[in-house]
This record gives sequence, C-alpha cells and structure tokens, in this order.
Amino acid sequence: MDQRSQIPTIGILLAIVAFIGLLTAGLEPALSIAVLILWVGSLFLASLRAPDTRAQKTEKPLSRDNMRELIEYAATPLLLTQANKIADANRAARKLLGRHIIGQDVRVAFRQPEAIALLDQGRNGTAIVRGLVRRRDIWQIKRQTITDNLAVIELVNQTAEADISRAHTDFVANASHELRTPLASIIGYVETLSEDAGEMDPSTTRKFYGTVLRESRRLQSLVSDLMSLSRVEAEKHDQPSERISFPPLLERAARDAAGAERTDRLIFDVSTDAVVAGDAQQLEQLVRNLVDNAFNYGANDKPVTVSLHTARDNQVRLTVADQGEGIAPEHIPHLTRRFYRTDPGRSRASGGTGLGLAIVKHIVERHRGRLDISSTQGEGTSVTVRFPVVLEKDDSQGDEIATDATLS
Amino acid sequence: MSDHTVKAFDEDITRLRGLIAEMGGLSEVAIQGALEALVRGDQELAQKVIDGDKKIDELETEVDKLAVRVIALRAPMADDLREVIAALKIAGVVERIGDYSKNIAKRVGQIDGREKFEPLTLLPAMGDLAAEMVHDVLTAYSARDADLAREVIATDEKVDAFYNSIFRNLVSYMVENPATISSAAQLLFIARNLERIGDHATNVAEMVHYAATGLYPPEEDR
Repeated sequence: MDQRSQIPTIGILLAIVAFIGLLTAGLEPALSIAVLILWVGSLFLASLRAPDTRAQKTEKPLSRDNMRELIEYAATPLLLTQANKIADANRAARKLLGRHIIGQDVRVAFRQPEAIALLDQGRNGTAIVRGLVRRRDIWQIKRQTITDNLAVIELVNQTAEADISRAHTDFVANASHELRTPLASIIGYVETLSEDAGEMDPSTTRKFYGTVLRESRRLQSLVSDLMSLSRVEAEKHDQPSERISFPPLLERAARDAAGAERTDRLIFDVSTDAVVAGDAQQLEQLVRNLVDNAFNYGANDKPVTVSLHTARDNQVRLTVADQGEGIAPEHIPHLTRRFYRTDPGRSRASGGTGLGLAIVKHIVERHRGRLDISSTQGEGTSVTVRFPVVLEKDDSQGDEIATDATLS
Repeated sequence: MSDHTVKAFDEDITRLRGLIAEMGGLSEVAIQGALEALVRGDQELAQKVIDGDKKIDELETEVDKLAVRVIALRAPMADDLREVIAALKIAGVVERIGDYSKNIAKRVGQIDGREKFEPLTLLPAMGDLAAEMVHDVLTAYSARDADLAREVIATDEKVDAFYNSIFRNLVSYMVENPATISSAAQLLFIARNLERIGDHATNVAEMVHYAATGLYPPEEDR
C-alpha cells in the first residue's frame, strides 16, 4: 500500500547494468561512477517526491472526532453520552454545566428526577427540568439515540418565556397598591383646593400645594424605579458583556448620588482598577441607590465610606458603609423585598420608594454577583456587593469564567 | 481525577457520584414541592412529597451498600478513600434533608385559615434560600468546587437571620392572635426545619470542601 518507501529496485538495476556497460565500453571509471550516482540519486529523489493521490484520508464520515468538532461551536448546549456516561460536551454545554461533567455519570450533570427518568430509560424524547443551573430556570432536555449506546442530548432554555408572564403579574400586583396611595392623596388635595377655592387661607393653600407637589414627585420616582426594576428583570438572563473599568464609574456615580452639598462627606477607599463585565447604566444605578440609601439612613453629619478592593476568587468587593443607627437584625433578610420598609413613615418622608434595594439585588443577580448586608445597631450599616472580575489573560477562553454562572 | 489501573474502581466511583446526584435532585424537588404545597395549601402535592421520600431512602441504602463494597473490595487510599467516605456521609445528610422536607409537607394540612394568615408570606423567601443552598452544595459536590462550597457555608448565616426574624415575627403574632396559635406553631416548626436544612447543607459543604482539598474550610469564612 505504501508505495513511497519502496526502493526503486528496477531503476537501480537498470542503472547498474548501464554502469557495467559503460565500464566495459571503456569509459573512465570515475566518470562511470559519477553517472551511476547521479542516476540512482535522481531515482531516489523522484520516488520520494512522488505525489501520492491515493493515500488521502478515508475515515468514516461520522467518527466520534468528527462529531465532536461538529457540535463544539454550536450555540445550543449539546452533550454526547455513551452508556449513560457523558462522553463529550460542547462549548456551550461546558459553559452551562461546568467542564467537570465529562466522563461523569449523566446523573451528575442532570440530577433532576424528570431528567433521570428520561435518560435512564434510554428512550428518545424530551423532558422539562427546573433548576438545572440556577434555581427556577427551566430547560427542555431532548434525547436522541444515534447508535446502540451513543446518544445526543440537546438543551433548550425556556426560562425567559416562563418568566415574562410571572414578572408581569408580580409587577401589576406590587405596583398598583403603591401607585394608588400617592394618587389618592393628590386627588384628595386637588379636589379640596378646587372646591374651596377662595375660602381657604393662603398658608393652608400653600401647604396643600406642597403636598400635591411632593406626592407627584413621589409618584414620578416610583414610576421610574418600577421601570428600571422591570427592565433589569427582563434582561436578567443575559449576562452583560460590556467591559467597564469600575473605579471611575464608581466615583462618578457616587458623587452624582451625593449631590453638591453632601459630596464632601463621601470617603473613597479604592485599591484596585478592576475591570468588570457589566452594564454601565445599571452599575451606575446600583452605586447611586446604595450611596443614596447610605446618606438617607445614615447619621446627618457622619461620612459615608465607599470602598472597592479585590477579593478572593477573582472578585471585586464594593462596600458602601454609613454610620447611622443601623438596622435591627430581624429586618435584614427582608430588605431586598419590594416595598419592604423598616419604618414606613420615615422612608416615605425621605422620598424612598421601597424599591432601591430590590433594584440593586436584581442588578447584582444579573451581573452574577453577590449582595450582603450587615448592620450593627448604633454603629451603622454596610452593604457589600461582590462582582466577578474580567481577567484580561483569559480573553480567548470564556469557559473558566463561565463556571461562575452557578453562583447567585 | 486520573484513571485507576483497576477500571472497575472508576466505574464504582462514577456510579456512587451518580447516585448521590440523583438523591440530591430528589431532595431539591422535595423542598421545592413542600414549599409550594405550603403556600398553596395543596394537599395532593404534599402527599407526593411525602411519598417521594421513600425513593430517597432507597437510594441512600444503595449508596451505603456500594460504598461499603468499594471499601471492602478495593481498599481505596488517600483521596479515593476521602471520596468514598464523603459520599457515605453526604448520602446520610441528603437523606435527612429529604426527611425535613417530608416533615414540612406533613404539616401543610394542619394550618387553618390560610387565606388571611399573614405569617405564611414570611416563609417562602427563607425556603428559597435554603433550597438554593441545597442546590449550590450539590453543584459544588458534582464539580468538586471548594469555592462554591465556601459560598454555601457563608449563606447559612442568612438563613439563620431569617429564622430569627421569622421566630420573632411569629411569636408576636401568636401573642396578638391567640386563636391562631396552633397554626402559627406549625409554621414555627417549618421555619425550624428549613433552618436545619440550611445547617445540613452547610455540613455537606464542609465535606465537599474536605473531599476536594483535604482540608476543612477555615472557621471565619466571609
């Protein structure tokens, strides 16, 4: 089969015969040897260079290697299983489930009973699985047999569709009550003003107008907060990818939130120039909300510290700390709930909508970060947010960073 | 993990991990189901959770048998031994988590007047957190991810904070509404169960950390 490595015997024999012929014909021996060497050498060279068209690859069109290459760059997560072990997973699947799953039992990757039922029976079909990677996500798993013990598993994300309808009902339920309260008082005061026009003394009139204005402003900020909350919620499944140098954004947004008269109470303590993958607008809003809270609930003349340091596991830690009276521990777990207020009267008086921390929480979740609130009564409250940092070196392989997707 | 000369050992370990993952998946579903049944007052779903616990128990027995067999036949050493021992212990803990979910489901029928029983709204957020811990710790186990295990350990504080908050809330509610004491007491027990689930998830996280690194996680881990 391998023609190339064969020595061109016939050619060499011919050359030797010619060589003997030349010698017997009385040619100079040195010249004869030179002719022989040239002849044989050219034969060897020719045989080495011989283009061999027949030796092209004749692999089977669908070997395991081919299949691997075929699925590797597909956008949908795809897995190959062999006898209920994961033989291979493409890039998207590794990003989703982690690279550790290759070589493991399928149950390690899919531990949900619905998925196990489908995969154990070895039949073709689909199953809907909840909480595959993050809790409450919904994935459709499709299994298709290829050969005897080889099967391909395809994953389709259906979380977003299910979420939209739920978010919609939540929004209506939450918002209607909160919107009605300021509206009721606006209508009430305006009615009084228009009915008793002229009879009322100017100071009362001014007071009423003031209330109407205040309530309208509250309504305005409520609407804009609700809008941003629903926007963040709508996008929460696509992790932002814009690269942002965090410190300048932090400083700008914090000064913005503090305003001219409070800006000298801000203390910055920044020791990193971390780059995060994020949505600039949302990160600014996060900082604004936190700093605004710190000023509103902190003591009137005490500073607010904004610090940014690197933390372990390639994370950056942002802390906004005030020196106020602190929050009672029983309130802390509920702080990120919408419209939850530890002291309703005071929060409303300071113009709070009850949505600030809920928005912060959603932004943090969308950026795959973590939010921690700690407070000591009498000393103050500090809110800590941790974000994964973009590692410049890891540019080409997004896989490593993506394992963080399981955190929340 | 690198391959072993005895291929059957790898097979056994893979199977062991598969079984634990399956148990974990069932216990996750059990917590979820118990909470959903609680919020909606769904007796049927509660019964399903109670019945489902049997399967978790069966799997635990299977893990036990397999682990003992592996130790007896293969005499694993070093990280292999850690792996098997961790599997054995984790299976026990996951089974307990299943039991707590069953216990929550059993209490669903004993709560009256749920339409306007305000304390009922306090529990789901805590349950979510506990369920998330279980989810994360199982992922950490599958991935041998010590960092994620430490995250889980840190989350336990939040669950404890929830428990304290709910405890105070429920006690003051009982004082104001003596008629609801029996229902509120059930909720107290449910909150307690969720808190225990969080503790058990923390235990598993410590074992995952140990199995992955050979070290117990540092005490003060924040």
